[in-house]
Amino acid sequence: MTSSLLFGIITFTYLAASFLYIGGFIFRSQKAGLVASVLTGLSFLVQTGAIALRWKESYSMGYGHAPMSNMYESLVFFSWAIVIFYMFIEYKFKNRLLGAFAVPFAFLSMALASLTGDEIKPLIPALQSNWLIAHVMTCFVGYAAFAVACGMGIMYLIKSTYDEKADRKGASLLATLPPLSVIDDITHKTIVFGFLWLSAGIITGAIWANSAWGTYWSWDPKETWSLITWFLYAAALHARFTKGWGGKRIAWLAIIGFLAVVFTYYGVNYLLSGLHSYGSSG
Amino acid sequence: MQNNKNEIWAFLASVKLALFTFFALAITSIIGTVIEQGKDMAYYVERFGPGTAKFFQILNVPNMYSSWWFISMLVLFSLNLLVCTIDRFPNIWRLVNLDNLALELDRILKMPKRQVFKSQLSAAELHQEIEKALPGLSWKFESAELDGGRLFAAQKGNWTRLGVIMVHVSILVIFAGAIIGAAFGYKGFVMIPEGRSVKQIYAYDANRTEIPLDFSLRCDRFVLELYDTGAPKEFLSDLVVVKDGQEVLKQSIEVNDPLHYGGLTFYQSSYEAYDEVVLEIENGTSKAKKKFIVGIGEQVVWPEEHLTLGVVNRMGSRMAAFARGQVWLKSGEAEPVQFWVNSGQSALIERPTGNYVLTLRPLYATGLQVTRDPGVWYVYIGCMLMLVGLYVAFFLSHRKIWLYISGSGSGSTLHVAGASNKNKLGFENDFAALIDNLEQSGTLKLTKE
Ligand code: HEM
Repeated sequence: MTSSLLFGIITFTYLAASFLYIGGFIFRSQKAGLVASVLTGLSFLVQTGAIALRWKESYSMGYGHAPMSNMYESLVFFSWAIVIFYMFIEYKFKNRLLGAFAVPFAFLSMALASLTGDEIKPLIPALQSNWLIAHVMTCFVGYAAFAVACGMGIMYLIKSTYDEKADRKGASLLATLPPLSVIDDITHKTIVFGFLWLSAGIITGAIWANSAWGTYWSWDPKETWSLITWFLYAAALHARFTKGWGGKRIAWLAIIGFLAVVFTYYGVNYLLSGLHSYGSSG
Repeated sequence: MQNNKNEIWAFLASVKLALFTFFALAITSIIGTVIEQGKDMAYYVERFGPGTAKFFQILNVPNMYSSWWFISMLVLFSLNLLVCTIDRFPNIWRLVNLDNLALELDRILKMPKRQVFKSQLSAAELHQEIEKALPGLSWKFESAELDGGRLFAAQKGNWTRLGVIMVHVSILVIFAGAIIGAAFGYKGFVMIPEGRSVKQIYAYDANRTEIPLDFSLRCDRFVLELYDTGAPKEFLSDLVVVKDGQEVLKQSIEVNDPLHYGGLTFYQSSYEAYDEVVLEIENGTSKAKKKFIVGIGEQVVWPEEHLTLGVVNRMGSRMAAFARGQVWLKSGEAEPVQFWVNSGQSALIERPTGNYVLTLRPLYATGLQVTRDPGVWYVYIGCMLMLVGLYVAFFLSHRKIWLYISGSGSGSTLHVAGASNKNKLGFENDFAALIDNLEQSGTLKLTKE
């Protein structure tokens, strides 16, 4: 049993869980929702084990390092973080329908990972740093929160559009979703949580760069895009605290912010050139 | 005039301006990630045509993050933050230090959370019992007479209102650190061949300006470790700082683990293989040792041992520039010998005059990046302040509780009121726990109204 095989299996179980969550939502089936939750929870446990296994595999190959150092490993960790964060939200808000808007992100991340090389490669000297591990972990906890916030934003927009149209069929389906004010609240709290972790992610990245090159900030495209993302979320937070923005506008900012996250993380590696080339080489 | 000044102040303190600069910084920052930075003019002419290149030059797009307009936006941003913080500070400070006993009763009794109890005790008795019960609660109460009744007030986390200020100030501290670094720091580099010292480094400018050091730095050893795939695993240099003839600091550095000395930091950043070879030879019996750095075809002499030797030929490999070398060695009057030695391995040579152990390895120069940045600690302090501030601002709240006892004759009334500036859900639990606590306490003889 190799970690790659387990990750392959988990990709499918997250896909199945996504369908079950969405099905449970559309057909208003409690049972499907329950099965989806259990499946997600089990997949998460297996995924946790597989990450540990991959860690061990890297040691037995003599390249020992935490499994967070290339695109493949970070996508796996991203999906892991989305799931643990989502499960927390599901538990806290006692609502399974939210899963239809969150677990698909975990599946997409795993699917994207499966398109990326899963080889365990040795780390070049610059990447052998505990700050790098701290950097990847903090960033991805933040990104996971933003992914969930984006899902909540989408949910908000769908529900509010139908509410406005008072479309009977749609409305009765969407009536099972939490009230708009609750979705809005979850979106906001999730962004707040993500913002703290993104800030920590940028800071640990700066410390790492300084310990490796003596420059904590060099405006390379990846750094710049993470700052752009940070500014967008800072704007969203301030618009809310001080101007009372809420509802659709925050929902849109949650979506735009997450697009910036995806670009920072994925787009920059493939579309722009820069220091953080580990993604494209791994 | 006064009016004008107020308008400017209000503009600089406004959150509208902040939202504008957030978006403006976010959007303009994209430019420098799409158009490559720091190339020379010819690159932009070729890529974008002479007209656009000229336009880029005028707006300093090739170095946009240090262009006048980008820096102006950062200055505006900092000014906005500074003015906004100064503007709001008095109000926040007032809220931190507010005397909760000095409020009007009306306002207290209309707080978002409230509960009214009836007690069988008289007001005076209830007061006495409450005084006894309070130390058992997790709140620290003060009390005062108010409108003929007794008011108790307690609060938690009043200082958490300063979290916002910590975050905003932290950004200014980080900027201050960056400015100090830019004004008083520099970056340079130096290559030190193994076994040699340097007394100067070179700045990263077009002229490679020499920057003298007030100490010298010696590289005793450079090690390049490779994975079995041939990719570099670790670069490591043994460095020695020599000041006034004394070795004051000896340290091995690696990538991610630099050497700090005299306000400078030396980072392992690269290496360069030289054409020379490090040849070490040891007399197997006397253990006398000698280290030579020899060029290919060059002859060296070890007079004490009557040895003349040199490396006459070399061969590279796919992975390393130097894989083995052919050594020529003449000992005393005996016939000279020639043999191949693999890089990094030792060869045992038996000659009539004695046995020798000989090793060869390529000579490397270690490449060091050198930084003086007196601002970096301000940046780090700012970063820590930001994280603590964000945590405080987002997750901690200022919570207040009031108890008010009133009534005359045999019965009395207890009002409980509370408010929190954030985390209403968490406060609701706190409040419910307090209410439960009071209700459960038999001595107070309370019933919910
Ligand atoms: C990227 C930089 C900034 C960050 C990270 C930041 C962060 C924060 C945070 C964490 C809060 C606290 C929210 C809460 O009460 O829960 C806050 C509030 C606030 N910020 Fe900022 N901020 C930034 C820039 C600015 C700027 C440039 C202004 C300029 C006007 C500003 C004005 C405000 C105001 C007025 C509040 C509300 C304060 C209050 O409740 O009294 N912020 N900010």
